[in-house]
Amino acid sequence: MKTFYWLVKREFWEHRGGFFWAPLISGGVFLVLNIMALITGEVLGGRGSTHFNIAGGLNLNGHLDADMLGKIGAGLDIAMYVAAGLVLMIMAIIVFFYCLGSLYDDRRDRSILFWKSLPISNRDTVLSKVVSATIVAPAIACLFGTCAGLLLLLIAAFTASLHGLNMWQLLMNSHPLMVAINLITLIPLYAIWALPTVGWLMFCSAWTRSKPFLWALLAPLAAGVIVSWFGLMGLFNLGSGWFWKNIVSRMLLSLIPGGWIRDTTPIDNEPHDPSVLLDHIGLAHNYAALASPDLWIGAVAGIALITTAIWFRRWRDDS
Amino acid sequence: MSAVITATGLSKRYKNSVALDNVSFQIPAGRIVGLIGPNGAGKTTALKAILGLTDFSGQLNVLGLDPRKQRDKLMEQVCFIADVAVLPRWLRVSEAVDFVANVHPRFDRAKCEAFLARTKLTPSMRVRQMSKGMIVQLHLALVMAIDARLLILDEPTLGLDILYRKQFYQNLLEDYFDENKTIIVTTHQVEEVEHILTDLMFIRDGKIVLDSDMDAIGERFIEVMVNGDRAEAARALKPLDERQVFGKSIFLFDGVERSTLEAMGEVRRPSVSDLFVATMKGTYA
Repeated sequence: MKTFYWLVKREFWEHRGGFFWAPLISGGVFLVLNIMALITGEVLGGRGSTHFNIAGGLNLNGHLDADMLGKIGAGLDIAMYVAAGLVLMIMAIIVFFYCLGSLYDDRRDRSILFWKSLPISNRDTVLSKVVSATIVAPAIACLFGTCAGLLLLLIAAFTASLHGLNMWQLLMNSHPLMVAINLITLIPLYAIWALPTVGWLMFCSAWTRSKPFLWALLAPLAAGVIVSWFGLMGLFNLGSGWFWKNIVSRMLLSLIPGGWIRDTTPIDNEPHDPSVLLDHIGLAHNYAALASPDLWIGAVAGIALITTAIWFRRWRDDS
Repeated sequence: MSAVITATGLSKRYKNSVALDNVSFQIPAGRIVGLIGPNGAGKTTALKAILGLTDFSGQLNVLGLDPRKQRDKLMEQVCFIADVAVLPRWLRVSEAVDFVANVHPRFDRAKCEAFLARTKLTPSMRVRQMSKGMIVQLHLALVMAIDARLLILDEPTLGLDILYRKQFYQNLLEDYFDENKTIIVTTHQVEEVEHILTDLMFIRDGKIVLDSDMDAIGERFIEVMVNGDRAEAARALKPLDERQVFGKSIFLFDGVERSTLEAMGEVRRPSVSDLFVATMKGTYA
């Protein structure tokens, strides 16, 4: 257990830039852009040239009924999710490349010989990388994403207060704590959902002698094209769309946060009520994805690929 | 005296070459063995087999364990330095010490820090900022602080200047080696290790062509410097090798009576490099 902790720590040391600084900086950039937009809105609105307002054209005169307040609160919650989602998207891209390099880079620069000179099993090494990709990186990204969301919330509320709204009343109607807890409790679901992509990328990383990126990308895409072509020829009953959706995209795109939503039953969309949209992001709705076989079949495939990657890590001999 | 390594009928075949061809040998504890051979002779393959880094056929027993099946356990007792520059470039000195201290049960942190204090390395330094010599110093400090029974060095001083090379072997001898430890070293810089070796193994085309301790080598191989007029008589004794220096001929003999040779001229012990060159004659032809 102690060894495993230090293995994960090693991954963090090596990828501090991607795991720590990238989400921090992307959260910061997002905030700065928002502040710039708000200031632009204030300045343009102040000049009275147009009735331009970031807060969505609300006529803010200090009197809002409870229903309206609820909607604003939900809107603020969604703003928080957007902030966190953006940071998580950046994280997903970083983790994609992290997985591709995880079992390849140290073979290329031969530092694998140093790691293999220590009494560490290949299983633990590979699993520590899986945990880093599916738990550690998302957790850090959630943390910074939530912080960015909270700051955005404060800034938005402050801006609203300049227009005569009660800042605290707005804040009391949003649910920052719930948003944070939601995000964090979604990490296990994310980990399970991401397994096929993580497994496929790490398999390529452990198996290939060179150019893991090319293999990882080209193999599923080429398979998809071939299936589509045969589909065109009418040889398969399953549509090629099925293949793209369930094989290719699960192999390459499962790191995208919230990808499982497509497997949950859609809620009737009422675009003008943010609280309905909020239900989409709610825990119960997300975890309904656990009921879909797609999630579990993908996870099993991911575990199989990771097991193969461990085998290759042990026996690949190209130093 | 129990054997640290016992190999019986070790073979390893790559696609179009034989790296190890039915090799058998035994290495007892408390020895420093030089595994010397030309490029591509199978040295590294032999070491990789011992370390469980490659598959092979035949029997191999290292410290009572099978490197293929019990590698994780074996590595608690075995250390190796493969080449310069295998430490990851992002690693800091402090991280390296922290990591090894926490994953290796036989690592002595105080010892490692004492070794590091004798170098110019600072805790916040990254490998990518170090010279080759400093990287080896760090690696050696880590390895010497591990109380292992077998240390394997594969070209450990490749690309280092002579100061670092001398210091490397001196450190090993003074601060590390004792009768419970065994060191196997491969290198092309034979002159620098020949004084510290207790045993010598020559490997050529996947076969062990010489396996002997240094004392026996001194008895078996003799070099004689002979004046030109007696050269014919010396040639009649079938020397391994002959070369000319200052008008005299130097002959290298294998297993010829010492007294016979002393009668011909000045007798001395051949250097390992001369012995190597004579043994490997025609390797690349």
